[in-house]
Amino acid sequence: MRHLMSPLDFTTSELDALFDLACDIEKNPKKYAHVCDGKKLATCFYEPSTRTRLSFEAAMMNLGGNVLGFSEASSSSAAKGESVSDTIRVISCYADICAMRHPKEGAPMVAASKSGIPVINAGDGGHQHPTQTLTDLLTIRNLHGKLNNFTIGLCGDLKFGRTVHSLIRALLRYEGIHFVFISPDELKIPDYIIDELKEKNATYEEVIMLDDVIDKLDILYMTRVQRERFFNEEDYVRLKNFYILTKEKMDKAKETCIVMHPLPRVNEISVEVDDDPRASYFKQAQFGVYVRMALIMTLLELEVKDA
Amino acid sequence: MLNIGQIEEGFVLDHIKAGQSLDIYYKLGLDKINNTVAIIKNVRSNKMGKKDILKVECDIEMLDLDVLGFIDHNITVNVVKGGVIVEKKALSLPKEITNIIKCENPRCITSIEQELPHIFVLTDPENEVYRCKYCEEKAHKFLKKY
Repeated sequence: MRHLMSPLDFTTSELDALFDLACDIEKNPKKYAHVCDGKKLATCFYEPSTRTRLSFEAAMMNLGGNVLGFSEASSSSAAKGESVSDTIRVISCYADICAMRHPKEGAPMVAASKSGIPVINAGDGGHQHPTQTLTDLLTIRNLHGKLNNFTIGLCGDLKFGRTVHSLIRALLRYEGIHFVFISPDELKIPDYIIDELKEKNATYEEVIMLDDVIDKLDILYMTRVQRERFFNEEDYVRLKNFYILTKEKMDKAKETCIVMHPLPRVNEISVEVDDDPRASYFKQAQFGVYVRMALIMTLLELEVKDA
Repeated sequence: MLNIGQIEEGFVLDHIKAGQSLDIYYKLGLDKINNTVAIIKNVRSNKMGKKDILKVECDIEMLDLDVLGFIDHNITVNVVKGGVIVEKKALSLPKEITNIIKCENPRCITSIEQELPHIFVLTDPENEVYRCKYCEEKAHKFLKKY
């Protein structure tokens, strides 16, 4: 029995198989509409996360399965003091697979160690969010056509953004990727990530202004710059506009550049960019459903035979 | 001249970094036994300048080499039987340690679930880096005794 705790749990060839399956699901949804008939997904969300939970639930329903669960700790037995280990033992009696989000880091791993069913980490504090990374990789593979030899710009909060850290680690397993880190000094990429880049001989550059580099990017990954991350209001006001993607900035980008964002967006991408064919963040959300469908099938070891 | 009584059976831990003997005393659980324990601090050493030494009269099976390997694998472990040193044990970095140190990350699941063992895994042998099995927080060897 396998679980998914980190995006690195799967080898690159296992990921290729997962993404191939996700692509086939996208092309032939009817073929997979009953693969999970009679199966149940438990969504155990100890903190609210509407998009991730609904994406998991939509994925299971698309496969013909059912869902049950809770969407915040107060409506679960955790409010009565039950441990994660006990909860998952009980959930194992009710469902066939579990997606767990927990504010405490490592909670899904504790669950996996006691579980009788596969556990998917649906986000544990600031630690891991592997299905977001799988979504990002599938988006790049499908829209850019490959997972190697490109220049990716990561823009915004690179210090605290777990999505960004996780994506960088996952991309470090592929060849020929040049990283461009675009952030204010206050939100620079942490040293330990830079150490990993050096260890893998990856090329990278750090810049402050998106305007200076947007023309050379094949992929632009935007993240939110939050006001509370700044030491003072003055710096925030001075810098925030540099990290807002506008139509003017997009005019300088390559015709083939794809723009990604893990969502939710606040104001870091102007709504006027949404109509640009290069804006890919809503497609990304759709790929998130396909990759979760493929993941559920893979962990449940289900296959659909070609007719 | 400093004279410490000879031990019949037990161990002498030599080449402990000066100042670390008390931490090792607690981590090995020597505060919980009634045997003779000598903690010798700041001994002059040609090799180290200053060092600490621990002498413990006890059954030699008691010694948890993994704990010592984690704390400092350069410590010399002399096994004493019948009043003489019969063996010098080599220490290595253990792949995993359980309940030797606590995870200091307030966001870690171990911070709210008290019954969970605190497990750290060796992730970078070259730089002797251990990380929490659950949250991957880097271990701080001498922050707090367990």
